[in-house]
Amino acid sequence: MEKLEYLDLYQQMVVIRRLEEVAAELYQKGKIGGFLHLYIGQEAVSTGLISARRPEDRVITAYRDHGVAINCGISANEVMAELLGKVTGCSRGKGGSMHLADVSKNFWGGHAIVGAHLPIAVGLALGDVYKDRKAVTICMFGDGATNIGFLHEALNLSKVWNLPVLWVCENNQYGMGTAVERASAVSEIRQKACGYGMKNEAINGMDVIEVRETALRILEEIRNGSGPQLLEIDTYRFRGHSMGDPERYRKAEEVHQWQENDPIGIYRRYLIGREVATEAELNEQDGLAEQIVQKAVEFAEASPEPSPEELYAHVYVEE
Amino acid sequence: MARLTMREAISQALWEEMERDPDVFILGEEVGVWGGTYAVTKGFYDHFGAERVRDTPISEAAIVGAAIGAALTGLRPVAELMTINFAFVAMDHIVNEAAKLHYMFGGQMVLPLVIRTTSGGGRQLAATHSQTPDAIFAHFPGLKVVAPGTPADAKGLLKASIRSNDPVLFIEHATLYQTRGEVPEGDYIVPIGKSAIQRAGRDVTIITYSKMLEISMKAADQLAREGIETEIVDLRTLRPLDMEPVFDSIKKTNRAVIVEEGWKSYGVGAEVSARIYEQIFDYIDAPIRRVAQKEVPLPYNRTLEQMALPQVEDVIAAVKEVM
Repeated sequence: MEKLEYLDLYQQMVVIRRLEEVAAELYQKGKIGGFLHLYIGQEAVSTGLISARRPEDRVITAYRDHGVAINCGISANEVMAELLGKVTGCSRGKGGSMHLADVSKNFWGGHAIVGAHLPIAVGLALGDVYKDRKAVTICMFGDGATNIGFLHEALNLSKVWNLPVLWVCENNQYGMGTAVERASAVSEIRQKACGYGMKNEAINGMDVIEVRETALRILEEIRNGSGPQLLEIDTYRFRGHSMGDPERYRKAEEVHQWQENDPIGIYRRYLIGREVATEAELNEQDGLAEQIVQKAVEFAEASPEPSPEELYAHVYVEE
Repeated sequence: MARLTMREAISQALWEEMERDPDVFILGEEVGVWGGTYAVTKGFYDHFGAERVRDTPISEAAIVGAAIGAALTGLRPVAELMTINFAFVAMDHIVNEAAKLHYMFGGQMVLPLVIRTTSGGGRQLAATHSQTPDAIFAHFPGLKVVAPGTPADAKGLLKASIRSNDPVLFIEHATLYQTRGEVPEGDYIVPIGKSAIQRAGRDVTIITYSKMLEISMKAADQLAREGIETEIVDLRTLRPLDMEPVFDSIKKTNRAVIVEEGWKSYGVGAEVSARIYEQIFDYIDAPIRRVAQKEVPLPYNRTLEQMALPQVEDVIAAVKEVM
């Protein structure tokens, strides 16, 4: 990788981090409505993963989607505008935090019914196979989604049809407030792929380089016809499930322990240790990220509300 | 014009659309090697091949979910759910995904998707396999719900559904497949969202659709012998609902009976009668009557089942009540 690429990964991670921190503030001020699920702590997962995709590879994910949206190339402006419900948002203010998408960037959304987007990923991959396009569909979901029936139907069918899907379980240890071992018959999520004869592995999701390199290798295998694979990426969300989470289900020490393992800190040490970048250069990136996020807030705040006509637009393509 | 069965008309529409557009493909349980549970896709697998006539596992959420995903990539999937009773297993994908994605993502996602399924009772399949829950699906903005009552409409509406860029639930009645009627040849299209007069009359308006069109027609024949001329409006599409022919008819007859196979509570008749009362109250000379299924899960026993389903006599009695 070139230095600029290393810095770009860093930039994406700090933009996500800062965007989420600012979103939390705006939520508390009442400027963001609905639910807000922050990606803080999980930045290395989607940053590493999405950096490994080709433009033709599709991405679909669950409702904790701000980071994935940024990694897929949606501007911070459009993400923030969507959070504020503005018509300049990537979903015209009609989807909100949980429903970011930009199909022109091959990002097929943010889906908020747990596990429901997995069967849709099967269809996205089928569409590529049907048209002889050599592309992989990357479908991300949380550990909580591995206990619902959709996962079974989707993984089974993807294997029956041998579709190019990379199933990515972001295991952040909790489905809302229920720890994995309290909800799943097996704590090691990747074992679930064995029931479908599907190649699988688990990696550390706090190390962006490990995620990226693993994803590059697996995506290439799938592109070359390996069939679907499952990748479990272990991570941790530093904040609550959503903004209204009293966090009674975990101890402060546990959170602190993981925070010492901060993916951005790990990557900083990596870049400085390998002399890819100096501390000053990374600080400069932090400053740039701050500017990007502040400009996004300004853009979102200055953007117009959707017009009343928007209410009835897009119910159908054809009226 | 050829006289075709409903099955042949639907099959013909599917076949012609697949010949016309290589992006149209079928997926579902037993659609391929078996030839379709109701034999609608008989011969398709051999002609179009396994890629375009895709057998699936018994996996309704994955069938509809995969159809949605494929539609998002620009294909035109026709997903078959063996019966509408199994659609409940795929309910999330029908109502939370298919009906929502275009709107929720600000118009950027387009789903040219058809879900074909069968509805209706009368075959002694007991409570879980005999429902007519069509109205439930018509509740959701974003979904189009089509339910033809004649072979010609079935052909024309299925073609329109396949060419539509919106998700369409296409409901066939399980006991109408052998019903015969004149079907125009070639590229015959019936637009979605248009009700039609199936029989002209001056005395009373019956509003109905699907299998109950047949029942209503029989009732109308008997009523005609007694000097009562019935006008029958076939809704054909439950969403978007076209009330204009209904209003026009009632303005002439001033009397209305609504006949549906599903339960009366919160049903098609409830919606149609509410719209009549809301919009043309002054034209109504007698309280609207609704003929519908008795409010019980359908029993297996043939006599009991027939007691629960709307019969010709029920329609005749309702018409006489409003006269």
